[in-house]
Amino acid sequence: MTTITFMLNGERRSIAVEPWEILLDVVRDRLGIKSPKAGCNRGDCGTCTVLLDGRSVRSCLILAVEVDGHEITTLEGIAADGLTALQEAFLANDSFQCGFCAPGMIVTATELLRDTPHPTEGQIKEALAGNLCRCTGYRPIIEAVQSLGRRCHE
Amino acid sequence: MSDYRFIGAPVERLEGREKVSGAAQFVDDVEFGPNVHYAWVVESPHAHALIRGIDTSHAQGMPGVVAVFTGKDFAGLHFGLYMKDRFVLAADRVRFVGEQVAVVVARSPAAAQAAAAAVWVDYEPLPAVFDQMEALKDDGVRVHPELGNYEHVPWFFPKAGTNIAHWRKIRRGDAAQGFADADVVVDGVFTVPRYAHCAIEPHGAVALFDQSGRLTVWTASQSPHTQRNLFAETLAPLGLTHHDVRVITPYVGGGFGGKAGVTMEILAATLATKLRGKPVKLCWSREQEFYNTYQRLGLRSELRMGVKRDGAITALSHTLYWDAGAYVEYGANVVNAVGLSATGPYRIPHVVIDSLCIYTNLPPGGPYRGFGYSEFLFGLESMVDKASHAIGMDPVAFRRHNAIREGDVLAYGASMNPNGLLEAIDRVAEEIKWGEKEPPSSSTALVGKGFSLLWKAPAMPPNASSTAFLKFNEDGSINILISAMEIGQGVLTAMAQIAAEVLTVPPHKIRVETPDTDRNPYEWQTVASHITWSTGNAVRRAALDAREQIFAVAERALHIPQESLYLEDETLKCRTRPDFCLALRSFVISGIQTEDGTYRGGPIVGRGMFMPEYASAVSDPETGQGGHPNVHYTVGAAALTLEVDRQTGKMRVRKVVEALDAGKAINPRMVKAQIEGGLVQGLATVLYEDMRFDEHGRLANPNFTDYKIPTAMDIPDEIVPIIVEVPQPDGPFGARGIGEHPMLPAAPMVANALEDALGVRLTSMPLTAEKVALAVMEKEARHGQTA
Repeated sequence: MTTITFMLNGERRSIAVEPWEILLDVVRDRLGIKSPKAGCNRGDCGTCTVLLDGRSVRSCLILAVEVDGHEITTLEGIAADGLTALQEAFLANDSFQCGFCAPGMIVTATELLRDTPHPTEGQIKEALAGNLCRCTGYRPIIEAVQSLGRRCHE
Repeated sequence: MSDYRFIGAPVERLEGREKVSGAAQFVDDVEFGPNVHYAWVVESPHAHALIRGIDTSHAQGMPGVVAVFTGKDFAGLHFGLYMKDRFVLAADRVRFVGEQVAVVVARSPAAAQAAAAAVWVDYEPLPAVFDQMEALKDDGVRVHPELGNYEHVPWFFPKAGTNIAHWRKIRRGDAAQGFADADVVVDGVFTVPRYAHCAIEPHGAVALFDQSGRLTVWTASQSPHTQRNLFAETLAPLGLTHHDVRVITPYVGGGFGGKAGVTMEILAATLATKLRGKPVKLCWSREQEFYNTYQRLGLRSELRMGVKRDGAITALSHTLYWDAGAYVEYGANVVNAVGLSATGPYRIPHVVIDSLCIYTNLPPGGPYRGFGYSEFLFGLESMVDKASHAIGMDPVAFRRHNAIREGDVLAYGASMNPNGLLEAIDRVAEEIKWGEKEPPSSSTALVGKGFSLLWKAPAMPPNASSTAFLKFNEDGSINILISAMEIGQGVLTAMAQIAAEVLTVPPHKIRVETPDTDRNPYEWQTVASHITWSTGNAVRRAALDAREQIFAVAERALHIPQESLYLEDETLKCRTRPDFCLALRSFVISGIQTEDGTYRGGPIVGRGMFMPEYASAVSDPETGQGGHPNVHYTVGAAALTLEVDRQTGKMRVRKVVEALDAGKAINPRMVKAQIEGGLVQGLATVLYEDMRFDEHGRLANPNFTDYKIPTAMDIPDEIVPIIVEVPQPDGPFGARGIGEHPMLPAAPMVANALEDALGVRLTSMPLTAEKVALAVMEKEARHGQTA
């Protein structure tokens, strides 16, 4: 066991972990942060997406020991002060149905809009291509992201 | 114009904030504390084998291991929805690669997985059968030698001593005469492989058998009451009853039929009964999700269609050979449903349908959004194009000419419900600009258009029912208790809108939550696109019941005749006394005070139930005539514009249009969302997804790297959903279901567009770029052309 210390949603957390434990399991099962979901455990589906020092990663492909000294942000951290404009846009555009992919999808789109405030449709599709959704057919998700890009133009 | 205030309104989803904030709880998110135990199964590496012995001694001594169970521990525990052919743990025989033969329970998932690898099973491999046509041979492998002894519903007809688990026959008119009457007879053979649901949330179940003998199971399920029923029936030998079993279903991360009925959940429930006081958690991996829940059934269909030169279809012979897999407890009903409806939405006087459910040594086949209709429509709608070409008639005009109408006799003898099929055809043809050629975007590309009709009825037992409770709160807000599951379709919102319309309380003041079988009233299952119609009726009746109570108490307390009372804006009003206005919140809990200071009434609690009392599954097994097995059909039409590269076969869907007759769209925003999402799921089965088994029956691509579901990069350029509204007479506000239907026309409309563009007819799904390019090369070689 190794003790790691990292910032989780703005709070310093220390926990002893096995060297083989993945970040997703530690965050969910040992620290009780449930918005990142386990969908495939091999980096295909993107439901476990979190921000590592501000960059989106699949928490199922990160070992917990790798985040020692780093900063992890989940959807709970992004929306700590209430729903963001992107989350409101997800509501307005029906950008979810079952809701299972929504946390990972919103984390990825949050990163996109931070780095590229006015993304083209192509940039949006490419950014979201690592987050699978089986319900919506993606169009409403793309439109939610586009609606914020447009709002910035105004 | 409608007079409705909330029905037909684009109401925002009730549970939206939970889902976009990450607050929505799925079964894997529920905490069970430090005493939770984890289960991991030992899987068969063989598609067909006898189990000679299992040595668990080494696994049992491994760190963290609490118990190891084999089929001997659960002897005699077999289950199934329509036919009891499935086992909690394989007893003496395994029938597909991946079947559970033993299970380890440990203190951590890692310990359980490590110990499962140390369980030693001695197998005697048997010859296996992976092809349903092979399985029909007299002298071949028998997947279930005990088939003749299995308990099943009375409308199944298994053939003991064979691999035929069910054979649905329809005979209407005189087929020989029908083909003799035809000017042209066309035929074709079509194949559809298996597909996986790929809900992003894998199956999961946690079961706790507490010290008092009560079993509670938390599951990711479309069917909480059906699960409780099957758990109680299966575990009855252990002394459990329905009274002891409770199923709680939090939000479900996508179902698509894959989480209907009971699959892996029975293991968690059974294990818990052996480990009193210990919560047992079983989560399927993505791989297990692919091969040990349900897969969509594979199909080979053989069709023959007779047509007159004037455009009338005279006869149809449709034989469907289903690869139903190792267990068909649910899948056999897919076969049955298609047998009843394999004419498609056409008026055909002479019909022969044979739909055969055939056991193979592949994973169990079961319900998948569309319930077999996508599969048979691929062949049927391809044949409709072929027949129209054979008589030189436009394919859309041909479809319109033969389209089924209200009152027409269905293949099994009942009559067709009111429907807007013609309107759907016309609106789709107009929107896709049928008949207009469009230019391609490159010199090697061609553009084609394809059309398809669709229909589907809910496939359900004739006495499937729904119930609702409705209770008011002190502030006049409402809680509705139902057991329909929110699986992404938006049922919570639709039900709130229905109650809102009756009681004038806006949907955002109504709470509807996911079920708990101890608290919420009975619902059959959230399947078959029947919830809006069936549960919607129950909710409407519960709201009407509450309204009657409100009127009755007002009459008793205030002496105002009930007939003069009505509700408006959350208040009680009177037609004859314009000044009278009583807020619901003032009396729906506390009652109405009378002149002498006493109170009348009390908490208002509505109750509603719905069962289609006209349905019957009793019919002649040889002809299928005599019953009323389907309550109604939802119909529609769809078309797409496809651009295809002649050299690479690469396809791009430029535009796709689909019109569905929702009867009445309770929430048009959610109906359109179903059409958009369902079309993408349907097109994926045509263009991308391709399940591959090796020669030993092992699934080669049980993951999202190798089984390609669409990403945001893989969607049509444009989707146009169209809502048609011809009311369903017994639907709530005229509504009928549309959840499964968007997927149905995807395959034939692509095949028809490919023929339009390239002049080649593909008959084997999926229609991948590789197949298209090869078909073009073959055609050009035949014609002595160069590419």
